[in-house]
Amino acid sequence: MMCDNCKEKEAAIHLTQIVDNSVTTVHLCPQCAAEKGVQTGANVAKFPLSDFLASMGKGVAAHLPPGDSAEACAFCGATLSDFRDTGRLGCPHCYETFETHLRLLLRRIHGSSHHVGEVYLTPGSAGAEVKEPEVTQLRRQLKAAVDAENFELAAELRDRLRAAE
Amino acid sequence: MSVDLSLLRDGGVSWLDGSGPESGIVLSTRVRLARNLHGLPFTVRTKDADRSAILEMVLEAARTSPDLAEATLFRLADLDSLSRQLLHERHLISKEIGGLDEDRGVRSDAALLTDGELGIMINEEDHLRLQCLRSGFALPEAYVSLEQLDATLGERLPFAFHPEFGYLTSCPTNAGTGLRASVLIHLPGLVLTKEIAKVLQGLSQVGLTFRGLYGEGSEVVGNFFQLSNQTTLGKSEDELLDHLGKIVRQVVDYETKAREVLQRGAPAVISDKVWRAYGLLRYARSLSFEETMNLLSGVRLGVGLNLINDLSVYTLNKLLVFTQPAHLARENGSSSEPDQMLARAAYVRRELEADASRMSP
Repeated sequence: MMCDNCKEKEAAIHLTQIVDNSVTTVHLCPQCAAEKGVQTGANVAKFPLSDFLASMGKGVAAHLPPGDSAEACAFCGATLSDFRDTGRLGCPHCYETFETHLRLLLRRIHGSSHHVGEVYLTPGSAGAEVKEPEVTQLRRQLKAAVDAENFELAAELRDRLRAAE
Repeated sequence: MSVDLSLLRDGGVSWLDGSGPESGIVLSTRVRLARNLHGLPFTVRTKDADRSAILEMVLEAARTSPDLAEATLFRLADLDSLSRQLLHERHLISKEIGGLDEDRGVRSDAALLTDGELGIMINEEDHLRLQCLRSGFALPEAYVSLEQLDATLGERLPFAFHPEFGYLTSCPTNAGTGLRASVLIHLPGLVLTKEIAKVLQGLSQVGLTFRGLYGEGSEVVGNFFQLSNQTTLGKSEDELLDHLGKIVRQVVDYETKAREVLQRGAPAVISDKVWRAYGLLRYARSLSFEETMNLLSGVRLGVGLNLINDLSVYTLNKLLVFTQPAHLARENGSSSEPDQMLARAAYVRRELEADASRMSP
């Protein structure tokens, strides 16, 4: 098997990385492996492996499932093939235009495509309703800080809670 | 134009004081949130007019926020490359926004608004990168300030948000929460006991990643590692921070144990290593950046093991920052390598002497 990097010498080192259930294997000759800082002994890899793997496969876009590269985003004009080249999307609308592709991609990268964190409310849409969850959240954080005996943080949270109430 | 850092409290490096928790091993904590404005292309596809509008909108929103009342605005395109490099060396801006990647120059209206600890990079790869930097191991503290700033700005700015995917970012690796938290950690014990490979391998299995001193793509020098979350979607902000926090806590414990093993198993070897490093730093006349980082690592270990008592964590942190190339070039007016090496050695010598005479009169 040839080295994935120089494509000249015989590969002797086979690197397998498992991230979020997706397996990537890279085959390297000893010279390329050394250049990339991959060492076989107990030594430290000088370069982070994730960056190295990314540099070998045009970054995240390499995980994109094959599809129609010509379709363009109606808002910014970016295509999937632009994304494959740069690893960057053109605008927020691209997420809707290429929704199916991106859902799969996000699952491969993050192990999920479903956001469960902070929810953004469009300015002016909520008002009074926003207040209660914030107070609840502060109370929860305050309790956690007290439990963890992090009193400096607890004091900061207490002040914010007072202001919010 | 050259940057005037006197505008910032402590020159924007207040984390150097080593006042935070575990600051002997964990130097600093950084949390950032990526945000973009709805209705505009992502930065790489923006035109000059878009970026000018983005900057104006963000500044307007930030002006009415109490969180950044004392912040200073740095317009990066007005600064010379040495100044931008300097801001990067202080971890205040990324390489990307500083135009320092292969020196491709700065975008018009790329800016940094910061009070040194809490700030926003504007027109970075994402329209906004909110960031908070703290001394020591302080993930919840850093996020509290950031969350507050995010909420204030969110009331005034139309952030791009998708009900399923969360906050939308230029690169899908940041989508969802847009949150990347990292701690800068010093692990000489694990490197010397050769346990580090196991630890780093373990990190990727639990969804974390590591980098060198300067973030993405940077090399590990002086046994300084940046540990951060790799995924940003599918977990809440608190879960991401909590998970990273738990693992960092384990790494700190593991490092402490490794140091105990070293001190018990090979006290003479360790003490020799530490004092050699100290001797070189204290008396050398010419020092390269990499050598300085490696020697500082040895000396820092010595301070952690109580072998060296007349040196403060503050001085150690200061040496890390102020011996970097742009800092020396600015101080001495020359960026030639031999001049830099002389200036670096002179600076290190001066600081170590000052600490020694201050702490053991």
